[in-house]
Amino acid sequence: MLTLSGVAKRYPTGDRALTDIDLTLPNGQVMALIGPSGAGKSTLIRCVNRLVEPTQGSILLEDTELTKLSGHKLRHARRSMGMIFQEYALVDRLSVMENVLSGQLGYVGFWRSFLRRYPQEAVVEAFRLLERVGLTHAIDKRADALSGGQRQRVGISRALLQSPKLLLVDEPTASLDPKTSRQIMRLIRELCAERDLAAIINIHDVALAKQFADRIVGLRAGEIVFDGDPSELTSEILTTIYGEEDWDTTPEPMDDEVSDDPRDTASYGAAPAMAVGGGQ
Amino acid sequence: MPVSTSPLGQPIWRRRTTRAQWLQYLAWLAGGSLFLLCWKLISDNTMWVFVEDAGRQGADLISRMTPPEWGYANVLWKPMWDTLNIATLGTALGIIMAFPVAFLAARNTTPHPLIRSAALVVIVSSRSINSLIWAMLLVTILGPGVLAGIIAIALRSIGFVGKLLYEAIEEIHPTPVEAISATGASRMQVMNYGVLPQVMPAFAGISVYRWDINIRESTVLGLVGAGGIGLQLNASINSLAWDQVSVIFVMIFATVLVSEGISARVRHAII
Amino acid sequence: MSEQAEMLAARQQAAHRGEWQRLPLIESPRLRWGIVFGVLVYLVLALASVEVDWERVAEGAGRAVNFLGAFMQPDFVSRYDDIVAGLLESLTMTLTSTVIGVLLAIPVGLGGARNIAPLPIYTACRAIIAVSRTFQEVIIAILFVVMFGFGPFAGMITLAFATIGFMAKLLAEDIEDLDWRQVEAVRATGASWWQTMNHAIQPQVMPRLIGLSMYRLDINFRESSVIGIVGAGGIGATLNTSLSRYEYDTSAAILLVIIAIVLLCEYSSSHVRRWTQ
Repeated sequence: MLTLSGVAKRYPTGDRALTDIDLTLPNGQVMALIGPSGAGKSTLIRCVNRLVEPTQGSILLEDTELTKLSGHKLRHARRSMGMIFQEYALVDRLSVMENVLSGQLGYVGFWRSFLRRYPQEAVVEAFRLLERVGLTHAIDKRADALSGGQRQRVGISRALLQSPKLLLVDEPTASLDPKTSRQIMRLIRELCAERDLAAIINIHDVALAKQFADRIVGLRAGEIVFDGDPSELTSEILTTIYGEEDWDTTPEPMDDEVSDDPRDTASYGAAPAMAVGGGQ
Repeated sequence: MPVSTSPLGQPIWRRRTTRAQWLQYLAWLAGGSLFLLCWKLISDNTMWVFVEDAGRQGADLISRMTPPEWGYANVLWKPMWDTLNIATLGTALGIIMAFPVAFLAARNTTPHPLIRSAALVVIVSSRSINSLIWAMLLVTILGPGVLAGIIAIALRSIGFVGKLLYEAIEEIHPTPVEAISATGASRMQVMNYGVLPQVMPAFAGISVYRWDINIRESTVLGLVGAGGIGLQLNASINSLAWDQVSVIFVMIFATVLVSEGISARVRHAII
Repeated sequence: MSEQAEMLAARQQAAHRGEWQRLPLIESPRLRWGIVFGVLVYLVLALASVEVDWERVAEGAGRAVNFLGAFMQPDFVSRYDDIVAGLLESLTMTLTSTVIGVLLAIPVGLGGARNIAPLPIYTACRAIIAVSRTFQEVIIAILFVVMFGFGPFAGMITLAFATIGFMAKLLAEDIEDLDWRQVEAVRATGASWWQTMNHAIQPQVMPRLIGLSMYRLDINFRESSVIGIVGAGGIGATLNTSLSRYEYDTSAAILLVIIAIVLLCEYSSSHVRRWTQ
């Protein structure tokens, strides 16, 4: 259970990225966070694991107050939150297995990690995860030799090897093609169900969000403007989140086809429903 | 705007505005006068009689250098070995010291801005002072010999390797570093997993490049007593044995060419 | 091929059991251990040939302390005139040699680029570059001092000669991998050889040429501080004298001035580079 109350972030430049965010996320819930670029989605999830320092407010994971932690305690808190990144954020020159095992870094000491002497259970678990995502054939390949979808699977395995209580997912599909995007979203969804994990997923693609999330939160200019069930997300609400746009020509969520009308495609510059890899 | 209108009402295009044009003339004038001033200072300090004599002196020098006394090469193997050792051991020592300095000097890995400034001071002082000056200092402290040469080369290499390496560290992708921090890794683990793999190729390339430069530098360290082939060079010049000097030159030329070839090969293979 | 597949299967099985090791950098174990052994043998041989006179080192330790102390209290005053004269000579040598060297390097660099120069010219220019780059500045200075006599003139010629090799090599490499489509586009307009140089090649290499010239200015200043040791003028002679007289406070002052000037050079050259790009 993750609870944010009154969280705000103001950058030293004076830009307000977040104002007064209140949010409660029960275990096992997959929450999609939508909103235009610059609305503060990335800042919000980075505040949770303190890659970005929130300026005020409190963030509780179970019973731990995350905003007050430092040093050793912060490392311990971070390892219980797995993070999945937009550009996969793998270390290109390390092998797939090394990348997955780096999920254990919060648990092992420096010299063990330096000599790559991981505990046997960790290696067994890493291999099992690679089996689960179908990448055992690539254990010794370098991360930069993989395709986008495969890299994202490695990124997911790394996050899960932390045995997290919570997944923070930052634009997981933004660099992937439509088919792979759906596969990755489905995989995240299944893994969350298997392990009863809560997840916050930043996502540009409203159609994918509606299809795969239990709950949708809309963010605009650092404030929550919508919080509810995917079915409640109407075009009026999309307008409040993203601004004026002809939302009704948005294809149905289940529909993978792109509209053939060139006039429509041209107007989709800001339309998240179409923009697989949008906002880039 | 470089486009103006002529009296006839026709637009005229010029590359620069009149003002910019004048400023440019002025800059050239200032540069030119500075050059002439410097030239005058040098020519005042020059004995032009000797310079006029240069052609004859050069011809004389060449006639004395040829034919080279090839037999002298047998004496040179040990000094050449010393020279190679000075360059190689010095580079190794320099790299070992430069490595932590570079991490302290890079903006994204330094623990504290004050430590960063200190590391930058180390890099700048090491870079500004030529290895020959380092050798002069060390010879007065450690006494003449190969050891002074090795340390001189090492001290000069810190700055070079440190500067290029910390620039490489500052240019790495930040996202893998962020991802490794997000797993709860400690500072050292983040360096080891997020930063090090990204800068390793650059580091190897820079080191080999510096080794190649150091071979060239170590050939002259002997002039101030820091060991290697420079000692023989100094002795031969002092005794005006120019036919020996030419043998030394040929040897240096060959060694430097080979080391440059090796260095280029290795760097090509890494990148 | 099947050997690789077998190894992969073995590694997968091991990982399944929880035994995983990092892939070694060099695959063949014989080569890997051969390299380790070779490096060890070299280190032993090389270190064995380093003779250290520990008594002399202990004796010098006191001087080292003196020298460090001198850095705390550098003496700019007692040899003020010598320092100023040496510095002025170094600076003038630096400037003139860089200007002359760069100007001469341009034709050599053009000739050393395989894509615009005919083979005989290419070979000649590459030979000039190789000779100039191989020998350390001090060695060249010795020869030029013999030819032109003691003083800054020999030093200037030395630095100019070294500049030619440095600049021409980098310029030639730049020209060799410039964007050839732009050159073809200019040629297609019917431009002459000179016009092609001016409109297609110069704009592409100019910013880097200026940056490199600034860098070379910096190197030339640092080199000008040592060629004085062999009589080619500049601050090096002053430094050498002060060191041999054990006047460490004066040497420290000279070194600090050199560091300051190099810093200034670097700072301004980064500005110039930003301005030309």
